[in-house]
Amino acid sequence: MTLPLLIYRSLRQHALSTLVTAGSIALACGLLMTVWMVKTQSQEVFTSTNTGFDAVLGARGSKLQLVLNAIFHLEASPGNLELSDYEEIKKHPAVRTAIPLAVGDNFRGFRLAGTIPDLFTTVEYAPDHAFAVRPGGAFFKLGAREAVAGSFAAQQLKLKVGDTFHPYHGLNFNEESMHSETYTVVGVLQPTNTPADRVIWIPIEGVQKMSGHVASSANQISAVLIQLRSPAAGFALDQLYNKQGNRLTFAFPVGAIIAELFGKISWFDQVLTLVAYLVAVVAAASVLASIYNSMSARRRDLAILRSLGARRRTIFGAVVAEAAVIGALGATAGYVIYFALLTGVARLIQAQTGVVLDVFAGHPVLWICPLAMIALCALGGVVPAMKAYRTPVAETLAPVS
Amino acid sequence: MLEIADLRKSFPPAETGGARAEIVRVPAFALGAGEQAALRGESGSGKTTFLHLIAGILAADSGRITVDGVVMTSLGEAQRDRLRAQKLGYIFQTFNLLQGFTVLENVQLGMAFGGGVDKGRARELLGRVGLGHRLNHFPNQLSTGQQQRVAVARALVNRPKLVLADEPTGNLDRVHSRAALELIREVCREYGAALLLVSHDEEVLRQFEKVRDFKELNQAVQ
Repeated sequence: MTLPLLIYRSLRQHALSTLVTAGSIALACGLLMTVWMVKTQSQEVFTSTNTGFDAVLGARGSKLQLVLNAIFHLEASPGNLELSDYEEIKKHPAVRTAIPLAVGDNFRGFRLAGTIPDLFTTVEYAPDHAFAVRPGGAFFKLGAREAVAGSFAAQQLKLKVGDTFHPYHGLNFNEESMHSETYTVVGVLQPTNTPADRVIWIPIEGVQKMSGHVASSANQISAVLIQLRSPAAGFALDQLYNKQGNRLTFAFPVGAIIAELFGKISWFDQVLTLVAYLVAVVAAASVLASIYNSMSARRRDLAILRSLGARRRTIFGAVVAEAAVIGALGATAGYVIYFALLTGVARLIQAQTGVVLDVFAGHPVLWICPLAMIALCALGGVVPAMKAYRTPVAETLAPVS
Repeated sequence: MLEIADLRKSFPPAETGGARAEIVRVPAFALGAGEQAALRGESGSGKTTFLHLIAGILAADSGRITVDGVVMTSLGEAQRDRLRAQKLGYIFQTFNLLQGFTVLENVQLGMAFGGGVDKGRARELLGRVGLGHRLNHFPNQLSTGQQQRVAVARALVNRPKLVLADEPTGNLDRVHSRAALELIREVCREYGAALLLVSHDEEVLRQFEKVRDFKELNQAVQ
């Protein structure tokens, strides 16, 4: 009972500095865990997100841009390819499924993607997960001015079955570039936690033949999404399109291409991690400074405890334990900061990419970081504990008479 | 209960501002179990140092202090701490209560480092000294006399064999001083503890049957 009482009373007596110190530890701990989890989860989720496709065929250009455009619905298309290219690869024996994609329009900033109904009926966006519409909805029919809204797009735009809208030209919303065609929402997709959620899907000819588009676009598409019969086939097609040909780009495998992106921006993770480590060190130093500064005021109390029979090592242990408790308080509050930050970041990532991070996912860092923080704080408590350990009882308690 | 032989303590130049100075040189002193004695001494005579030596707060340069059959001067610091926690009670002139702790907690701490905390006994003793209704108050919410009573309860709660009181009434007015002294002596008697009190107040000293002049007892040249 004695040690907890000593720690409790000391923390209460120095409530303000305890709060400030625990707050800085919470910030450090929360930041570290957030940076770590965003880094690992986003890398894991992005590299595994392929919406069910193994490869993308597109105009000659950057593979990364092609994947970002066709799979993640980010970035502009590197260019168009002829419809005949789609027909050709569709018939290739190594290809199981080929789905054409045409982009170039939006509705209030949400991308319109033209495709064929086979995307919803023959492709699983993840193993054992097929696209489905919410009750009361349906997939669009080819040739009809119908749309199927992704769940996130529908939520943000408050679209429901039966609503109508005019597409806008370009990938960015500009009120003055409205197309005259009217589309009717016939279905809203169940959430897939993939970039498909941020897209409004319409029949492919809708994009190809939209009023105001150049006539040549009627026979062009932006990309072909491909499922292969075997991974080995991907290398053969890579050879065919990328090495032997010079007109098209075959992006394969999708995950490896995204992993390259993470490799390129790894410096950003490192900077964030370094900042978080620095915050952690500063927080531990603040524990040291806070307790050390309070030592002068507490000298008398420590001497009284010694006069009551408390041993030096008891006093030393109490101060180190107090620092560890401050660390534990901070680490606990760090979870609140972590959940708040990760929720914010996850929402941002979902809004920007459609990819959903799992805020409640477990990871060893979620217990290693708080424990390391507590240990670091306890270490920070050693210096003031040494000062407490050396408190001269007789001198401190009373003038010699 | 308490036996002292050839006790010496001096302080190095850093603390005395000159040559190493001998503060305490007591050839012999004894106090029986349950006995109550007072030492008369002026400020600066070394009586607090003497009590600190008996309490094991300071280590003697030489000599022998025996408390309840245990030779304290042969013990290491940690063992002296344990002995102090188990067998000694100390009442300070300035009470030395822990300001961040309640009355009850202050008294509980009196036994925390000895035989273990007995909350019931702490409550009982505080009731005995008339503070049963102030258990959860903090020292700064008490009068000086009440603080002194908390200090008395803290010194006795562990049923010590020996209570050392250093000018315990020095901060009290005459009326409270008399009452506090009576309380200390009474409770020591009830708990069977020997009492060694030092004071320069003749009014206090007059109440003791056994009074020794510390100037005569202490042969250190000052």
